[in-house]
Amino acid sequence: MKIKTKLTALAALTLCQFSQATQIPTAVVNGNIDERNSLIALQHATVHINPTKTLSNATVLIKNDRIVDIQTSEKLPEKVLKKDYTGMHIYPGFIHLDASIGLPEPPQKPPFQWGKAETINSTLKGAYNSNEAIKASFDAAGVYNTDAKANAEFRAAGFTSALSHNKDGIMRGTSVLTHLADQPAELNIIKRKASQHFSFNKGSSKQDYPVSLMGAVALIRQTFMDADWYAKQSNMTDLDLAAFNENKDLPKIFTTSNWQQTLLVQKIADEFGDQFVIKTNADSFENLEAIAATKQTLIVPLIKPDTPAINDELDAWNIEYTDLKKWEVAPYNPALLEKNGMKFALTLGDDPKSLKSFLKDLREAHKKGLSKQTALAALTTIPAQILGNKELGQLSKNNIASLVITDGPLFEDNTQIAETWVAGQVYTVNELPKLLSGNYQLSDGEKNYLFKLQNEGGKIKLTATDEKDKRKYSLKASGNFMSLTIKEDENESEYFGVIKDRTLIAINNSAWQLTRLADTDNQEIKEKSESVVEFPSIPKPFSPYGLAEIKSNNSYLIKNATVWTNEEQGILTETDVLVINGKINSLGKNLRAGKHTITIDGTGKHLTSGIIDEHAHIALLSVNDIAVNSSMVRMKDVINSHDINIFRNLAGGVTAAQLLHGSANPIGGQSALVKLRWGVDKPEDMLIEGADGFIKFALGENVKRSSSNESIRYPLTRMGVEQVFRDAFTQAKAYEKAWDDYNKLSASTKKKTTPPRKDLAMEATLEVVNQDRFVSCHSYVQSEINMLMHVADDFGFNINTFTHILEGYKVADKMKAHGVGGSTFSDWWAYKWEVNYAIPYNAALMNKAGVVTAINSDSAEMSRRLNQEAAKSIKYGGLNETEAWKLVTLNPAKLLHLEDRMGSVKAGKDADLVLWSDHPLSIYAMAEKTMVDGVIYFDRDTLAQTEQTIADERQRLIDLSKNSTGEKSPFKSKPPKTFECESITGYHEFDQLFYTGAHL
Amino acid sequence: MKKLFTVSLLLCSMSIVALTPKPNDGAAVEKVFINANIHVGNGEVLENAQFAIADGKIVRAGYYKAPSTGKEIDLKGAHIYPGFILPNTNLGLTEVDAVKATLDTSETGQMNPNIRSLTSYNTDSERIPTMRFNGILLAQTTPSGGLVSGTSSIVQLDAWNWEDAAIKADDAMHVNWPAEWANGFDWSTFTMQLKQDKKYQEKVNQIKSLFEDAQSSNSNSNLKLQAANAVLQGETKLYIHTNNPKAIIESINYFKSLGLNDLVLVTSQAAEKVLPFIKSSGVSVIVTDVHSLPDRQDASINAAFTLPAKLNQAGILTALAYPGSMSSRNLPFTAGTTVAYGNSPEQALSMISLNAAKILGIDENYGSLEIGKSATFFISEGDALDMRGNVIQEAYIDGREIELHTRQQELYERYKEKYQ
Repeated sequence: MKIKTKLTALAALTLCQFSQATQIPTAVVNGNIDERNSLIALQHATVHINPTKTLSNATVLIKNDRIVDIQTSEKLPEKVLKKDYTGMHIYPGFIHLDASIGLPEPPQKPPFQWGKAETINSTLKGAYNSNEAIKASFDAAGVYNTDAKANAEFRAAGFTSALSHNKDGIMRGTSVLTHLADQPAELNIIKRKASQHFSFNKGSSKQDYPVSLMGAVALIRQTFMDADWYAKQSNMTDLDLAAFNENKDLPKIFTTSNWQQTLLVQKIADEFGDQFVIKTNADSFENLEAIAATKQTLIVPLIKPDTPAINDELDAWNIEYTDLKKWEVAPYNPALLEKNGMKFALTLGDDPKSLKSFLKDLREAHKKGLSKQTALAALTTIPAQILGNKELGQLSKNNIASLVITDGPLFEDNTQIAETWVAGQVYTVNELPKLLSGNYQLSDGEKNYLFKLQNEGGKIKLTATDEKDKRKYSLKASGNFMSLTIKEDENESEYFGVIKDRTLIAINNSAWQLTRLADTDNQEIKEKSESVVEFPSIPKPFSPYGLAEIKSNNSYLIKNATVWTNEEQGILTETDVLVINGKINSLGKNLRAGKHTITIDGTGKHLTSGIIDEHAHIALLSVNDIAVNSSMVRMKDVINSHDINIFRNLAGGVTAAQLLHGSANPIGGQSALVKLRWGVDKPEDMLIEGADGFIKFALGENVKRSSSNESIRYPLTRMGVEQVFRDAFTQAKAYEKAWDDYNKLSASTKKKTTPPRKDLAMEATLEVVNQDRFVSCHSYVQSEINMLMHVADDFGFNINTFTHILEGYKVADKMKAHGVGGSTFSDWWAYKWEVNYAIPYNAALMNKAGVVTAINSDSAEMSRRLNQEAAKSIKYGGLNETEAWKLVTLNPAKLLHLEDRMGSVKAGKDADLVLWSDHPLSIYAMAEKTMVDGVIYFDRDTLAQTEQTIADERQRLIDLSKNSTGEKSPFKSKPPKTFECESITGYHEFDQLFYTGAHL
Repeated sequence: MKKLFTVSLLLCSMSIVALTPKPNDGAAVEKVFINANIHVGNGEVLENAQFAIADGKIVRAGYYKAPSTGKEIDLKGAHIYPGFILPNTNLGLTEVDAVKATLDTSETGQMNPNIRSLTSYNTDSERIPTMRFNGILLAQTTPSGGLVSGTSSIVQLDAWNWEDAAIKADDAMHVNWPAEWANGFDWSTFTMQLKQDKKYQEKVNQIKSLFEDAQSSNSNSNLKLQAANAVLQGETKLYIHTNNPKAIIESINYFKSLGLNDLVLVTSQAAEKVLPFIKSSGVSVIVTDVHSLPDRQDASINAAFTLPAKLNQAGILTALAYPGSMSSRNLPFTAGTTVAYGNSPEQALSMISLNAAKILGIDENYGSLEIGKSATFFISEGDALDMRGNVIQEAYIDGREIELHTRQQELYERYKEKYQ
């Protein structure tokens, strides 16, 4: 109660005399009732009803918290408080959709501690969701209180209402829509549950799962399904699921931190037939086509990155083209979205500075091509539309009287906000000009002076109307008193007066007279027509090598090359290969090119099918999640089609890869099988159409958390690892049966029966048992390899591939019998205990024992030299060259069930081809051209030129930044992540800290 | 020849079991090889030449009209290479990276000038034989970490103990010059970010004060100053480790101001930015990693591959190293890789033989197949810089033939037999 009284007192102090104080109807008043109910007329203003409709010389009538009317006639009701707003512009108040004003700070994100004891369950007490990041029952209104200081800051930027939510967790509960008035919370709240909020960031949750983006996606999917199931059951209470269900018709707002996440939200929306409004991170320009294709409604922060401060040429060595390019393009983001037909609201960036610079940034966005109408709509009508609120966002009869009043057109540089009105209460931001801008005449007896008065940023500037008039005019104010000085040579005349009705009147009425002359030109017309903005070029993908040219033609004739067929014909010399429409059409001598076929001379060169990496972690935003059974996570949710390593791998002759989950858990996530299509619109366009589903398993030191002395996560021994599998498969079978039983029930019994809970981990595990999903299992020592084959045998399925499998050579006979393949490193060993008996002969031994054997990379660097890795099997174990080459082409294709389409040069197969400068197994060989589906994504012939273009562009941007006058900050380059099996951060040296030395 | 090789393999496989091979401490042999392709290491190749060793030294390398004794070994076009040299490695100081108990690479603290790697060098390390199998016969076992890591020593890879192994004890002190701007992990955003090291100057001062105090101090009781003094007296070389353009300039300028002119820069892609400076400063360069990704996304995709040739073309004495030691047996293949990117095959070879010997200061005896030098070499069936050709038939250190068949080969034989 104390706080409320204080606030009311505060409000009373700050309000102008004519504003409308309101009281809480249910509260006791200590004193006499003082309700004014005055009718106020804001006259002679330019009123922007909405982004497209403007009335000049109009009057806004306000009573209490509402707009009574807006009129252009001079006729006013009799009893009205008239206020002259001549020269002023009135706009609807801005709505801030991404606020947390008046809410307590969420708890701090706990520091990441990889080596510490795990937190497997939620630490929250009470009947809340079993995952701590699901806070769907959070009701922001319940903790909302008026924050006068914040309100004032936001009002100063033109905001009059705010949608505040708790920025913590993956499901963040409901928001509260409030006025930004300094009145008690009871009155400030416009709507208690205005929207539901989501993100991919688990925030303060202390629970380990989910630690990755794909884990967050999986948790969201599972929670949506759980909520559905929850509604049908009565065995348990979960306040979060209950709240989620209760609030499901509210607008859903999803906060994302990059464009990939923005696309991911659409994917979730499509899966669940739902719709989200997405608060982006202002990086949509990095993949406009894909974002625009989703037709989502966005909330876009106005972010104008500081100019990267580049001290000198040597420090420039550190800076990334991508960062510079982002800095160049980011201010165009709103305009680019508008140009692409996106519907969006504008909001502030996270940086506290962005509030102070908001109007400046808004004008900057306008200068960069954002139309005034769209800009205004994005702050008023669109936010109101998103919230389904008809009383905010435009100035019309009966709407809430929340306005922004400026001393000029909003988008002009010097215009200031004079006042914001919030629900009928006026707050001064900058004093209204005491004298109106315009042309004045001062008459002093015989003498007449003509000058122009301009209000500029709170200061008054006088200039003679006539250019030839050399007198100096100045005005000094002290409160409502002013003295106007006219200096002519040595003579100075001073006119001292007082302000009344925005005119300066001599203290002695008859002495002199100042008159404002009628405006001759209409300001609306004076506004410059919007100039055409030239947008900067945007590389595709948004990466330096997005500047590389990709030829879309996919019909080629490669002439006279040495062709490594990987088929019965073996290696064919002086052979032509014809590619038509992305497929290998034919091989032979003297083939003829069609009309649209481009001929490539292969003389002296070697042509092979593309390298396939069975074990890669490139092109991913995240690699490991942490649940012991993480089969619900899907790597295809976190493909990063802009990863530079895609291009680098193409340069190494790689055309396809299995993007695997990491090895932190016995049952890992689902793989994504991709082709390295550089520059596709959507990340998912990289996926190999129709490929079988794969999943990562892992054994040994990583899954038993050997690197952590404090780990408590089951299993901590290889013995436990076996039981994790047996349990998971047993539960999956039971899950299957439960559903079978349920599905057999009659329709009427079904209605009375609680269905089994849909469990995404069980579904994926069941797919494994039923051989609908295939296992690639990280493994090293023979005991565990043998174990997993036995477990699989017992459950009636096959392990597809053992990956890494450094002791595969010890059980190659058993592997052959089980029918499992081996995908190994050529020569890695000694990095941890379980690889101490690894030998570089492993691949050759397994291969000779009849195991389908591949050599993989697990490294973005090594994958671009897999031809060299394959060649090592000649040195170690004496494979012949044809067999050695298959280790990185046909064999991985077989392991990935892609051999019908890839892995050899055969008519009918995909034209995933590499033209090598030399024998492909030679250390001296370079991939000269790499083709996927007949499209040449990498061409060494144009590489030097591309690299020169990149260097030039980089230099141009560095110069641009050096010459920029804007605010500069030290650059914050984010080097690209490279992932390996155990990656958490993606930065090797830091991952090392977590593992205390162990890698892979 | 090949048959002989196989027989010796079988004999060995019976005796070795799973131990590292016994050092050959027999007397240096006398041998004459004919029809050899001698890759001298200095850029020359002597085709179909003669090569002879005696008393641990090379006595013939070239073309001789000496009458046949019937004892010549006909190499039938096989290749003779100088033993490859692996600089800046933690070989012998670490066994299993993930097992802390096996790590002796980095002492705690920032200033460890008096730390010596030699006495921790484990001649029985399982990693050592894997190097020899690929032609690496000499190494510089080097401590790491901190600002001043300590002193390295140069060892040959067939020894009973570190005393036997040392061919140049305490050859160089290793200083890690910090960078003012470096990538650091940002916990709030969970990303790597370029950050200014606020302690940069403090760190640099720490390094400087070590050497400056060593110059002025009369103390005999301070081991650190004594160690630094050995550098100032020219007894120990100084290696600067840094991969940042500004740090390269600052560190070289500083150590030159102390009158040290025989400096070695251990670096990577940052060197390209300051090539003319490096050239004019007269330092030699060890490139840490050829098989690595470009430092930046906008860097040339071949940045790491082309660097050695660019250094060489700029006239800078350049050698190659390989990070860590578990995979350092691939050193010859990193040299091979540079051939596709600007080096000639013999230049690439020099970078892991004679250039390395010159930089390490052992070229009087090692690094090339020249008469009078140590008979430290190997015979390879083919091109030793290529995985397919690097099939090593025999290897010699100081004229002693060393064992190549070790645990990994033993396991190979065992399982090959099992599946027959």
